[in-house]
Amino acid sequence: MSPTTFGWLILLCPLVGTVVIALDFEVFKDRVSGWIGTSAIALSFAFSVAAFIALENHSPSDRQFTSTLWNYAVTGGLDAKLSVLVDPLSVFMVLVVSGVSTLIHLYSVTYMTADRGFNRYFAYLNFFVFSMLLLVLAGNFVLLIVGWAFVGAASYLLISFWYRRTTATRAGLKAFVINVVGDVGLVLGTFFIFKHTGTVDFAKTFKLAPQVFPHNSTDITVGCLLLLVGAFAKSAQFPLHTWLPDAMEGPTPVSALIHAATMVTAGVYLIARMHPLFEQSTTAEDVGAIGGCITLLLAASVALVMVDIKRVIAYSTMSQIGYMIMAVSAGAYSAGLFHLMTHAFFKALLFMAAGSVIGAMAGSQSLDRMGGFRKALPFTFACFVIGGLTLSGLPPFSGWLSKDDIIGFLDNRGGLFLVLGIAAYVGAFMTGIYTFRMIFRTFFREPVEEARELEHGHLHHAEVPTNPMTGEEEDTDVGFPGPGHYIAEREMPMKVAMGTLALLAVIGGVVQIPGVDNGIERFLEPTFADSHLKEPSTSSAWIGLVVGALIALAAIGVAYRLWVARPEIPVMLRERFPGVHRFLSNAWYIDDVIDIVIVRPALWSGRVAESVIERIVISGGITGGTVGVIRAGSAAVRRWQTGFLRYYAAAMIVALAGVALYFLISST
Amino acid sequence: MAIGWYLTVSALIFCIGAAGVLTRRNPLVILLCLELMLNAANLSLIAFSRMWGREDGQVFALIVMVVAACEVTVGLGLIVAIYRRQLPIDVDELNELQG
Repeated sequence: MSPTTFGWLILLCPLVGTVVIALDFEVFKDRVSGWIGTSAIALSFAFSVAAFIALENHSPSDRQFTSTLWNYAVTGGLDAKLSVLVDPLSVFMVLVVSGVSTLIHLYSVTYMTADRGFNRYFAYLNFFVFSMLLLVLAGNFVLLIVGWAFVGAASYLLISFWYRRTTATRAGLKAFVINVVGDVGLVLGTFFIFKHTGTVDFAKTFKLAPQVFPHNSTDITVGCLLLLVGAFAKSAQFPLHTWLPDAMEGPTPVSALIHAATMVTAGVYLIARMHPLFEQSTTAEDVGAIGGCITLLLAASVALVMVDIKRVIAYSTMSQIGYMIMAVSAGAYSAGLFHLMTHAFFKALLFMAAGSVIGAMAGSQSLDRMGGFRKALPFTFACFVIGGLTLSGLPPFSGWLSKDDIIGFLDNRGGLFLVLGIAAYVGAFMTGIYTFRMIFRTFFREPVEEARELEHGHLHHAEVPTNPMTGEEEDTDVGFPGPGHYIAEREMPMKVAMGTLALLAVIGGVVQIPGVDNGIERFLEPTFADSHLKEPSTSSAWIGLVVGALIALAAIGVAYRLWVARPEIPVMLRERFPGVHRFLSNAWYIDDVIDIVIVRPALWSGRVAESVIERIVISGGITGGTVGVIRAGSAAVRRWQTGFLRYYAAAMIVALAGVALYFLISST
Repeated sequence: MAIGWYLTVSALIFCIGAAGVLTRRNPLVILLCLELMLNAANLSLIAFSRMWGREDGQVFALIVMVVAACEVTVGLGLIVAIYRRQLPIDVDELNELQG
C-alpha cells in the first residue's frame, strides 16, 4: 500500500473511536470505552509505523506523497481539497503524536476510572488525537486551519472537563480566547501567502515561494509574522502564553497529552512545515527566535518559585517549547523536532508521575504540603527522577542530546543567535534548578503524613474533596473529579505507560547522536533539503554537548545544596528579596499587564456600547422612533372608523360629490 | 321635451334617496332608499339614451336593474339573518366594527 493510504487510515482510527464512544456513552460500562479509545489510538500508531516503513522503501528524493479524497472548492483561483501530505516531517509527527497518545490513553484508563465522566473523557481525548493528526497530516492550508481549530476546541473541552469547577471553566475560556487570537493570525497569514502564490496546497506553495517572494519583501514578512502569531498562541509563547498555566485545571493526563506532549508543539511543527517561507524573511526568523528565547527565560524563572507541582511542570513546558521555537526559527529544524520528540517523552512522564503523587496526596497539588515520598512511591520516584534528569539535560539521557543539539546550532550560527544560545544556557541552568527543587521537595526531606501512611499501605483519601486552586469543597458527582485516587505503584496500566516512557526518555536519544548515527537528521533530510542552513560540524556539536552537561550538573548541585543540604537558604533568599519573589510568583505580572492593556479597555468599550449605542441610539432612537411614528399615525386613522354606517355613507357621498365637482369645474 | 327636466327629476330622486340612506335607521328603509338612488341613475341613463337616439343607455339601465336585484337579495338576506339572531334592527346599534 502507498504511504498515503496509511495516512488516511491513521486519521480514520481515532475518528471512529470518537464516534463510537460518543454515540454509545450510555451503553459502555466500567472501562470499556477506555479500552476502545486506547486500541483506536494504538491502531493509529501501528499504521504510523507502517507509513514510516512504506516511506523508507522509497528513495530519499521521492518521499513526498499527496492524496486527495475530494474537492471542497476548486475554482479559478482556489484549490481547497481534502488532501493529506505524507512526507518525512508529517510521518515523524504522526509517530510521536500517536505513540505518546497511546500511552497516555492507557494511563487514563486507570487514572480516570472513578470519574463519572469516564466515557465523555475518552470521546474528547480521541477527538483531540484525531484533530492533532489532521493538523500534522494536512496537505494544504485550509485543512491545516481546520485541524488547528479542532485542536483548540478539544483543548477547551478537556481543560473545562470538570465543568462545575468555576476555575476550570474560566481557564477553558481563557485558553480558547487566546487560541482564537492565534487562529486569526494563522488565517490572515495564509491570505498573505495565498495572495501571491494563488494556491493553498503545501507542495505547490513551497515550490513557488522562492520565485514569487523576493527575499525580505514586505508581504512575506507580514505573512510569516502572522503565522508566528498563530504558532505563539498555540505553543504558549510570550506574550500569548498566559493560558497554559491555567490549563492545568484539566485532568492530569490531559495536561500530559495536550499541554505538554502534543498540542502545544503544533507551533513548532507549523514553523518547521513553513520553513521555505520563513527562510525568505529574516525578520520573521529573528522575531521567532527572540520570542522563544524570552519565553524560555521567563518561564524557567517563574518555575523556580511556583508552588503548585503541575504549574511548575507547565512553566517548564513553556520554557522547553521556547527552545524548540527558537530552534526551528533559527533553522535548526531537525534539532528542534528531535527536542520535540524527547520532550514529549519526558514531559508526559513527568506529568504522569506528578499525577501519581497527586493521587497519593488525594488531589492536593501544593509542593508546600508534599515531602518524603521517596520510600512510599518508589516507582513514581524512579520515573520522576528519570524525567527530571532528562529535562535537566544530563548525559546520557535523551534531553541532553536534543537540547544541546539546539544550542550547539545556535552558537554555530553566530551573531544574534550566539547571544540567544548563551541565554539558552542560562535557561538550561535554571531548568536544572527548578526540576530538582520539585524533586527534592516532593520526595526528599521528612515524610509528610500522607507519605508515612502510604508506607504502611494506606492510600490517603481526603474526607472532603476540595478544589486544589481555591480550596472550595467539591461534590464528586458528575462534572467534578471522581472520588477515587490512583497511584502508579498499584495500577498496571499506569505502570506500563510510565515505564515505557521512562525507557524512551533514557534511550530515545540514540537515534540522533552527532557523528554516530544522526538518524533524525537523515530521516528528515528530504523535507528540509531546500533549506540553505547547514547543521554544525560534529566536533562543535560535541563541544556544545559537553558544556550543556556541565551546566546541568552544576544546576543539580545547586538545587541539592539549596533544598536538601541547606534548606534555610531559600527561605532566607525569599526574605532578603521579597520584590523579586513577588515578581516571579506573579509570573512577571504579564496577566495583569494584559488585563490593563486589553481586557479592561475592551470591557469599558463594551459597557459604553451597551449603555450609549445600544440603549440610546438603537433602542431609543431607531427602534423607538419608528414605533412612535406608526403608533401616532394609526391613532389618527383609527378615529375615522366609528362603526356607524351613516358616516361611511356620508363620507362616500361627500367624496364622490367632490370628485364630480372637480371634473365639472375643470371641464368648463 | 328638453333633457333638463328629466335630469332635474333624476337629481331630485337621487337626493331624496341619499338623504334617506343618511338619516334613516331601519335597514329596510335604507335598502328602499338605495333603490331610489339606483333608479334615479337609471332615469338619467334612459334620458341620455333618448337624446342620442341610441340603445346603449337602455342596456345599461337593464344591467343596473339586475345589479339592484342582486343587492336587494343580499341586503334582505342580511336583514333576515340579523332578525333571526334577535339583534336590534337598527343600523346605529350595529356599530361594533370600529377601530
